[in-house]
Amino acid sequence: MADQPTETNFDVIVVGGGPGGYVTAIRAAQLGMKAACVEREHLGGICLNWGCIPTKALLRTSEVYHLMERADEFGLKVEGVSFDMEKIVKRSRRVARRLSGGVAHLLKKNKVAVFDGHGRLAGKGKLEVSAGGKVIAGLTAKHIILATGARARTLPGLEPDGELIWTYKEAMVPEEMPKSLLVVGSGAIGIEFASFYKTLGAEVTVVEVLPRILPVEDEEISDFAEKAFKAQGMNIMTSATVKGLKKGKDNITATIEADGKSTDLTVDRVILAVGIVGNVEDIGLEGTKVKVEKSHIAVDEWSATDEPGIYAIGDVTGPPWLAHKASHEGIICVEKIAGANDVHPLDTSRIPGCTYCTPQVASVGLTEAAAREQGREVKVGKFPFQGNGKAIALGEPEGLVKTVFDAGTGELLGAHMVGAEVTELIQGYGIAKTLETTEAELMHSVFPHPTLSEMMHEAVLDAYGRVIHF
Amino acid sequence: MTIQILMPALSPTMTEGNIAKWHKKEGDEVASGDLLAEIETDKATMELEAVDEGVLGKIIAAEGSENIAVNTPIAVMLEEGEDASAAAPAAPAPAPAAPPEPAPTPEAAPAPEPAAAPQPAPAAPKSNGGRLFASPLAKRIAADAGIDIAAISGSGPHGRVVKRDVDAAIAGGVAAPAAAPSAAPPAPAAPAPAQLPVVAGGYTEVPHNNMRKTIARRLQESKQTVPHFYVTMECEIDKLLAMRKDLNARAEATGEDYKISVNDFIIRAAAFAMKKVPDVNASWTDEAMLVYNDIDISVAVAIDGGLITPIVRKADQKGLAVISNEMKDLAARAREGKLSPDEFQGGGFTISNLGMYGVKEFAAIINPPQSCILAVGAGEQRPVVRDGALTTATMMSVTLSTDHRVVDGALGAEWLQAFKVLIEDPLAMLL
Repeated sequence: MADQPTETNFDVIVVGGGPGGYVTAIRAAQLGMKAACVEREHLGGICLNWGCIPTKALLRTSEVYHLMERADEFGLKVEGVSFDMEKIVKRSRRVARRLSGGVAHLLKKNKVAVFDGHGRLAGKGKLEVSAGGKVIAGLTAKHIILATGARARTLPGLEPDGELIWTYKEAMVPEEMPKSLLVVGSGAIGIEFASFYKTLGAEVTVVEVLPRILPVEDEEISDFAEKAFKAQGMNIMTSATVKGLKKGKDNITATIEADGKSTDLTVDRVILAVGIVGNVEDIGLEGTKVKVEKSHIAVDEWSATDEPGIYAIGDVTGPPWLAHKASHEGIICVEKIAGANDVHPLDTSRIPGCTYCTPQVASVGLTEAAAREQGREVKVGKFPFQGNGKAIALGEPEGLVKTVFDAGTGELLGAHMVGAEVTELIQGYGIAKTLETTEAELMHSVFPHPTLSEMMHEAVLDAYGRVIHF
Repeated sequence: MTIQILMPALSPTMTEGNIAKWHKKEGDEVASGDLLAEIETDKATMELEAVDEGVLGKIIAAEGSENIAVNTPIAVMLEEGEDASAAAPAAPAPAPAAPPEPAPTPEAAPAPEPAAAPQPAPAAPKSNGGRLFASPLAKRIAADAGIDIAAISGSGPHGRVVKRDVDAAIAGGVAAPAAAPSAAPPAPAAPAPAQLPVVAGGYTEVPHNNMRKTIARRLQESKQTVPHFYVTMECEIDKLLAMRKDLNARAEATGEDYKISVNDFIIRAAAFAMKKVPDVNASWTDEAMLVYNDIDISVAVAIDGGLITPIVRKADQKGLAVISNEMKDLAARAREGKLSPDEFQGGGFTISNLGMYGVKEFAAIINPPQSCILAVGAGEQRPVVRDGALTTATMMSVTLSTDHRVVDGALGAEWLQAFKVLIEDPLAMLL
């Protein structure tokens, strides 16, 4: 463990060094505050070490593998395609390590004091840092920001054991390739692992308790993705519940209930992805006014808890559990503390969400159904990948771009996409929403040809009956 | 029916105001004429009185709220028999500014008085084509609702009007343009240098108050758009000083309540000179010269954080004692921020006197739409040549800045000459 900083009094202390915590600490330092960051495991948090980043490394492998399998289609001759799981995992870990080192450098560059240890509130304006069971530092600060993150949720009867029943953590570092896999939960985490293992050849079953997969996405996008996964040979069971898991020697038998019928399914491994819970334990909340609701810390629009001087940001405060939401909340929180101009609460309808399965899914804002539930008259535009030249040239003709506008004002309420590279496209609509463009500005925008982004233009035109290429 | 209390336009150029203080709480009974709140405008703090009677149902714009556009609802009054729920769907208040403006510290060195006094134009002559920052969505929603977006203050980056601002205005029932005297958007100052200073010792950022913004905007506009030229003249004031001494001694003897200052003489002399040379009492417009009927003289008064120009109306018809007492009252209330708009808006001519600081002479910036400003220096003993012999006299230098579109060189000199005759022979002011 590196030497601990000697300074103990700060303007702001951030507990947790994930994408919420370290960004918050850097922004606080930029604003001229003396900032510290306390991290118990590794800088960059789950996102960088066990989440977003290493899974993207894994999914890149599966993507390349998938393309190699399609080599003939592109006029290439590739024979004997196979993979080395150890190397795949090693690459993923290397990527994570490199970025974690980068975070340490950024914090140092911004003169943020980093304490390696477990942070625990210890009275008003006080924080205790312990490591190896010993208190190693007593810190004080006017403002303490909790960014302790979250961990996988477990359900009774569905407890992970790290061997046969995995959470995302074990799923990310498999020693060998399971031949068959059951993924419980079809949110972003579940679907990404399902897609990764399916592409590399595992027999994958996804069980979702709700009537459709990727339940937070627009219904049409969910349906599109489900069809695509099924075409790849994925077994998807919706409105289904895993009633129990029976462990064998090197396999598991799951009892799945659907449509009132119970079926047994035996698989090599199970991945639990049934949501996450906030890390609210052992951080000294007892004796404070901080409220915990459903395992998450209750905060106001500025991330303040009920205890003066204590704030919470990111996953520990609840959904959407997204790294970029955590970072942004943290920035707003410290800017508010610093009394900066132009600070407004985070508008969650402007936070894009991305799922890196094959095909990719990305969205921002309201789904069509949610917009209608709000009683709005909407105009909906759609454009399929098969109408786009670049998509055809890439060999990616499967996908859909969908826009939802307020019929009265032309406000872009939401945008939803499924298909190749859509996770890189969504931000165009994100900026449009933040700048409050209407359909008119989007129609006037010139999209370069030939790109996938042209579909974003067409989907806007389509909402107003002006689509050109379909 | 509930009654919306809107941010009033307390002056023709006022586009937004701050709530300095609420004198009534939610639930308080209010009689017509009761003091409801104090509104801070770009010029002064003014009192908002209740027009109707009833109960103050809801305060929408909390104390300390800043930059609330004119005609934005700030409170809701309930009439007899209504309960507070009637006021419920009122608009959310614009967020109160986070840090309160730092109070000026008494130790602070007196700010140097800018050479000219800014003041709102009597009739906003132009909107200056200033760009309005608003999101496309905000513009469209405002247009659909028939709301003048210029009357809405923006909460987005750099004051950009965004959807939430328009929604709040609509929810608050902002009047449609037909009813709303749509305040012209403030002519923005020319783009400020974006680059911040690089200073080894660092700096403290002091936010602009409304007065500072107005001074900056109007004086910049004046110096950039009005062709200034300057005429300086020396006046001997020994006779004037003697007469002043005499008059003030008289007051002491008789117990009359006045104490005349040199500046009071200057106001009267300027008024008389304008009567003799009425063409300087005019404003330029592209269509025509506006020559004013009354002789109203604005006098620059330094106050905390800036300056203001209260007006001695029809100064040519007032005696020295009246001018003196009126000026004292105006200056005192100006320093307290208690002038009413009609006391500082308008005027055909400005006097800016820095004599008390020992300034010998200076040139002032014209206060549009006026065409002249007289900069007055200190009276001091200077060597003069009289009948071929060197002697001393108490001399005072005055510099007239004029708008050349209205006042040519000869006309300016003619006025100064008339002024000089009056100052040097104050008995002539009795005529």
